[in-house]
Amino acid sequence: MTRLPLALGFVVLATLPLWMPGTYYVNIASQILFYAIFALGVNVLAGYAGLVSLGHAGLFGIAAYAGGKAITAGYGHSVVAVIALAATLVTAAVFAVLALRGTGLGFVMITVALGQIVWGVAYRWISITNGDNGITITGRPMPFGLSLASPRSFYWATLVVFLAALASMTVFVASPFGASVQGTRDQPRRMNALGYHVWMIRFLAFLFSGFWSGVAGLLYLYYNQFVSPQVVALTASAEALLMVISGGTATLLGPIVGAALVVVMKNVASAYIERWNFVLGAIFVVIVVFMPDGLVPGTVRLARWARSSLLGG
Amino acid sequence: MALRLDRRGFLVGTAGTAVAASLPRMARAQGKPVKIGLLTVKTGPLASGGIQMEQGTIRFLKDRNYALAGRKVELLVGDTGGNPAGTKTKIQELVERDGVDMIFGPLAAFELLAITDYAAQAKMPILSLAAAEDMTQRKPNPYFVRASATSSQTMHPLADYAAKEMKLKRVITIADDFAFGHEQMAGFQRVFEDAGGRVVKKLWPPLVTPDYTPYIAQISGADAVVQGFAGSNPLKFMKQYQDQGIKLPVLGGSTAGDEALLKSYGDEAVGMISCSAYTGDLDTPSNKRLIDGMVKDYGNIPGLYSAGLYINGQVAEAALEKTGGKTDDREAFIRALRAVSLTDTPRGPFTFDRLGNVVGTFYVRRCERKGDKLVNTTIKAYPKVSQFWTYDEKWFLSQPVYSRDYPPLKS
Repeated sequence: MTRLPLALGFVVLATLPLWMPGTYYVNIASQILFYAIFALGVNVLAGYAGLVSLGHAGLFGIAAYAGGKAITAGYGHSVVAVIALAATLVTAAVFAVLALRGTGLGFVMITVALGQIVWGVAYRWISITNGDNGITITGRPMPFGLSLASPRSFYWATLVVFLAALASMTVFVASPFGASVQGTRDQPRRMNALGYHVWMIRFLAFLFSGFWSGVAGLLYLYYNQFVSPQVVALTASAEALLMVISGGTATLLGPIVGAALVVVMKNVASAYIERWNFVLGAIFVVIVVFMPDGLVPGTVRLARWARSSLLGG
Repeated sequence: MALRLDRRGFLVGTAGTAVAASLPRMARAQGKPVKIGLLTVKTGPLASGGIQMEQGTIRFLKDRNYALAGRKVELLVGDTGGNPAGTKTKIQELVERDGVDMIFGPLAAFELLAITDYAAQAKMPILSLAAAEDMTQRKPNPYFVRASATSSQTMHPLADYAAKEMKLKRVITIADDFAFGHEQMAGFQRVFEDAGGRVVKKLWPPLVTPDYTPYIAQISGADAVVQGFAGSNPLKFMKQYQDQGIKLPVLGGSTAGDEALLKSYGDEAVGMISCSAYTGDLDTPSNKRLIDGMVKDYGNIPGLYSAGLYINGQVAEAALEKTGGKTDDREAFIRALRAVSLTDTPRGPFTFDRLGNVVGTFYVRRCERKGDKLVNTTIKAYPKVSQFWTYDEKWFLSQPVYSRDYPPLKS
């Protein structure tokens, strides 16, 4: 049943640059993919672990900044990726140790503060980050000798990473670890009583989430070849959370749909509608009112209801 | 979701590629319109300047009946949202999908820095008024033309005026804590100190702050205050400055004394000395046309941003006339752009230097009350000011770029 749409979706994604006319839309598709990776990363915490983070743009940005600094220092691209992801993981670990002292509102507030610290550093530590003039890099990496300079090849590279992210999420959700993460969300005290180390499970989920946020940040850097403090601003964290919530928390497809919605509204709709912010806001209100659990679960529920009422009626 | 985007993209995109594919075969000079892409900010905190940019562009095109050098002109506007990633996407849209011939804008330095490499790769001429120094200094882009000013280009003459005409000895500077503020104040400091003055303190309130009181409280022990705020911040600062009863004279940069702000200022701005590339009281036919047109269409007198884009239009027009309306040969077109020399513009006569930055007149003005209105009255004009002021270009470029800590304060 579900194999066919999956295969179809894969074929559409894989061949997209071939039939999509104009590189502009291929670039938009690349953006959707790396923002989807980011949203998937945020979803691990916000969805499966029930820990709403408003500081993930900090992790996204750390990867982008670390990558940018490493490239300007003259390192090769494979080393750059290692440095960027290591920096993200270390930062994620520090974030986790501090933020996991609380849950619920406390967790949200600590992550906001941590994200703002990263923003402050990016904005004010000018000797390192070049302040709001940002860091510009030249060139994209050449994995296995393949140039990623063209929009098409960059799209395919992003797609490979995206599929890896999606696969890792699928494995994560089905794994005992994934189940225990959801357990700490629903019944932390019972999980504790059952002998699970709740704090450690949350900590590892935080690292997993941070890792994919960092990967997305690195792709962002290579895509834009530029990083500036706007990337780590609070609004960027909120936007990632909106992607997750509008698409559907704790689902695999939800963050992807949410990322597509936000990127398309921001880039495509803004060309036709001046008040696109307003439209985006209105769409979120509609989603919250009519599909409070997000677009994907909402649509599934709608389809089920339609089918049962058709068959039953 | 993905499918829906694809279908829409397919329709719009097909039209785009059809146009693009037919370009080389058709004689573009006659039938095809010149496409100008305007990158501006229409949403968010920078929107007021961005909307004025659009108004200035439209005003210019109306003056020319949407035709330049015998070709029709099509204007495509992209809202960058005032952030670098948005700017990158919008320029890709304008270049790759819409096939524009040149870009006007963007507004902010960080937007420009985010797209400069891409634009150079795409060989896309950019006519911007973003003031980032290094765009025409240490990291030049061969396809870039700036007819407005670098951040410090207005501050050099202002500092000269402060030291030599106003005989000021010690000043305190205060400006937004971002690159434009840093570069402005560093430029002021270098010229002012070389003329024998001293900058005794530099204050940097954050870009978004509700209250300048703690910063104003630190102002003492100087002859004057130099402010370099941008956007609507100059209004807020001057009001609070007056409320705290400080009587020291105020000097300001181009954004601080901008004509577009005058209707929002009260008496607190009277007496402020500012320096700008554009001044409303300049008596040229094109400035008169610009002011009349803006008042008629929008009910506002033009300021820096609308005049800046009007002037960009004139630069593009002059270059198109030289190439016979052709833009396909980008190298020839950018050469023509940089060779433009105009006299009747809203900012007076100007040319470009070898890096694509303007060499033109800068005006020191005093803000005065005339009837129920505030006006800027020009008190001194500095002709042929280059971005290097009177310094040797080689020496200037060998120094670090102006920043928050350079030149350092003398202790």
